[in-house]
Amino acid sequence: MLEVRDVSVSYGAIKALHGVSLTVEQGQIVTLIGCNGAGKSTTLRAISGLVKPSAGSIHFEGKPVSRMPPHEIVRLGVVQAPEGRGIFSNMTVRENIDLGAFTRSDKHAIAADREKAMELFPRLRERISQNAGTLSGGEQQMLAIARALMARPRLLLLDEPSLGLAPQIVQTIFKIIRELNAPPPRGAGTTILLVEQNAHMALNIAHHAYVLEVGAITMQGPAAQLAASDEVRKAYLGGR
Amino acid sequence: MLPLLIGLVFAAVMQLVVKPNIGDYPAKLVLDIGIAISLAVSLTMVNGFTGQFSMGHAGFLAVGGYAAGIVTYYGSQRIWGDRATHGGILSGRPLAIDPATLPLVGHGDWLFLAALVVGGLVAALLGFLVGLPSLRLKGDYLAIVTLGFGEIVRVMIQQTNATLKPQDIAWEEVYPALPRPAGVEAVASYAFDVIDPATKLGRTVYQAVSDTPAWDVLTHVGGSLGFTGIPKYTSLFWVYIVASITIFAAFRLKQSTFGRAFLSIREDEVAAEAMGVNTTRYKVWAFVISAFFAGVAGGLFAHTLGVGLSAETAGFLKSFDIIIMVVLGGLGSISGAVIAAVVVTVLPEALRDIPQYRLIIYALALILIMIFRPKGLLGTHEIWDRAVWKRVRRRGGSEPGKAKGGSSP
Repeated sequence: MLEVRDVSVSYGAIKALHGVSLTVEQGQIVTLIGCNGAGKSTTLRAISGLVKPSAGSIHFEGKPVSRMPPHEIVRLGVVQAPEGRGIFSNMTVRENIDLGAFTRSDKHAIAADREKAMELFPRLRERISQNAGTLSGGEQQMLAIARALMARPRLLLLDEPSLGLAPQIVQTIFKIIRELNAPPPRGAGTTILLVEQNAHMALNIAHHAYVLEVGAITMQGPAAQLAASDEVRKAYLGGR
Repeated sequence: MLPLLIGLVFAAVMQLVVKPNIGDYPAKLVLDIGIAISLAVSLTMVNGFTGQFSMGHAGFLAVGGYAAGIVTYYGSQRIWGDRATHGGILSGRPLAIDPATLPLVGHGDWLFLAALVVGGLVAALLGFLVGLPSLRLKGDYLAIVTLGFGEIVRVMIQQTNATLKPQDIAWEEVYPALPRPAGVEAVASYAFDVIDPATKLGRTVYQAVSDTPAWDVLTHVGGSLGFTGIPKYTSLFWVYIVASITIFAAFRLKQSTFGRAFLSIREDEVAAEAMGVNTTRYKVWAFVISAFFAGVAGGLFAHTLGVGLSAETAGFLKSFDIIIMVVLGGLGSISGAVIAAVVVTVLPEALRDIPQYRLIIYALALILIMIFRPKGLLGTHEIWDRAVWKRVRRRGGSEPGKAKGGSSP
C-alpha cells in the first residue's frame, strides 16, 4: 500500500534521514520505533508531504506522492494525526472534528462518521462544545485521532499518540488503535503506521515493526520477532 | 437574510431619523465610525481569521477609493455633464435642491453603488496579485511585504500626473444645473493650465474630463494634490449598509466550512495542511475577500463630504489605525473589531478639547488595554460568548442568538 524507498530529508545542513525504506501492507499496523531524534516524525512528515525529501521516492498505492502538496495527499487517503497533537485550541471540539472532514462534502456521511467518532471516544461527546485548548492531554490526543478519522483515512499516520499521557490513558488509546485496525464487522480495517517511543506498547499491537536509529532503519521484521530479539529488548524494552 | 434586512432598516433609520436629529458634527463622527467598522471587520478576515499579519490594509482602502472615485467622477461627467450629486434622499440632499422633490434613491445612487462594487473588485484583484507571491511568507516577513505594498500604492498615487491646479471658474461651469447664489461669481476649483484669454478663467475641467479617454483616467486624479471633485454621495445610509454587509459576510465566513479553513490556519498551519486545507490558497482567498471589503469602504471614504482622498490615504499611519482596531478588539473577534472601531474613532474626538494631552491619553489608553487585556478586548470570542452574557442568558432560559448581523453599535 505504502512504499517508502531510500528517502533522505535534510533540514538545512542537518540530515535527518538518510535513505529510509519501509513498506506498509494493507490492513496492517506497522510501527516505527526509535529514540528521540531518530527521525521518526520526519519520516511521517515526509509521507504526508509536510517536508520534501531530498532524495528517494514515496508511493501510495502505486502513485508517487513525494512531490505532492500535503492537502492533495490527504485527498488520497493518507491522513496524519500530527505530533504534539496539533489540535486547533481556540476552536471547539465539534469544530475540530468537523475540520477533519474538510476534504469531504457528503453531509450525511459526515454526520454519521461524527457519531461513530463519539462512540469511539465518549469523552469527546461530553466536551463537544468546549474549546479544544481546555481538554486534558489524553482528551486532546483522542480529539486528534477522532479528527484524523473524519477524513476516512485509508492509511492513518499516528505520531506518538502516547506522548506525555498517563499509563491508563495510553492503554485506552492503544485499545482504540487496535479496534480501528480490526477488520470490518468489528472495526474499520484502517491501515495504520504508528510512530512510537513506547516500544513495548507499539510492538504489542503491531504486525510489523521497523527500528529507526539516527536517520536510518537498523532492524525490521514481524513485531513479535523484534520484541523477542535481544537487541531491541536491551535498547527499547528495558530488558537485560 | 434576516440580519441583512435588519441592517437595511438600521441604515435607513440612521440616515432618516438619527442624522437630522444629532447635528452635523456628531453625524460626521457616526459616519466615520461606520467606515471604520467596515475597515476593521475586513481586516479581521485576514489578521484575525487566518492569523496572517497584514500591514498594508490602507493600500486596498486607497485603491478602492480611487477606483470608485474615478467611476463617479468620469461617469457623472459623461452622463449628466457635471459632477454634482444626483442622489436621492438616502444619500443626502444635493446642494440647493428641495428635498421634497427627491426620490428615495436617485439615478446617481446607482452610479455610486456601481462605483463601490468596482472599487471593491479592483482592490480584490490587487489583493490577489499581492497575495499570491507574498502569502508564502510568514510572520514578520509577510508584515514587512504588506507594509511595503501600502507604501508602493502611496508613492504610485503620488506620481500620477498632477495637471490640475486651483483656479477660479465661473459658477455656471461648475454647477450648470444649479441656480447661482446671489453674490457668487466664481468657484475655486481645479482647472487645467489652459486659460481662456477672453474670460481669464481656467478651461473647464468638465470639458477636459469629458474628453479623457479611458486609458488616461489616472492622469486626472490629482497626483500629490489629492483627488478632488468626486461627487459626495456617501451618507449614513450607505455607510451602515456596507458595514452591515461586511459584518454579515464576516459572520457567515466564520461559521462556514470555507471560513473554518481560515481559522484552522491561524490555529496551527501544519495541522491545517494535514487536514487537507490548501493553506496558501485559503490565505490568498482571505486576502482577496478582505481587500474587497476594504475597497468598498475606500469607495465610501472617497465620496465622503470633507474628505480629501490623497496618496496619504494609503500610508502606513492609516494601516496602523486599522490594525489597532483589530488588535484592540481581539484578533478574530468580529464584535470586538466593531467595538474597537467605535472606541478608536471616538477617543481622539472626545479628547479634542484637550489637544495637548490628546495623543498621550490615547496612547495610554491603548497601553492599558493591552496590559489588562493582552488578547484584546474579547480575545478570539464574540461578545455574547462572554461569561456575563452566558449567565444572563441562562437565567432568561433563552437560546443564544445566532448571528447579530447588521445591528452594530
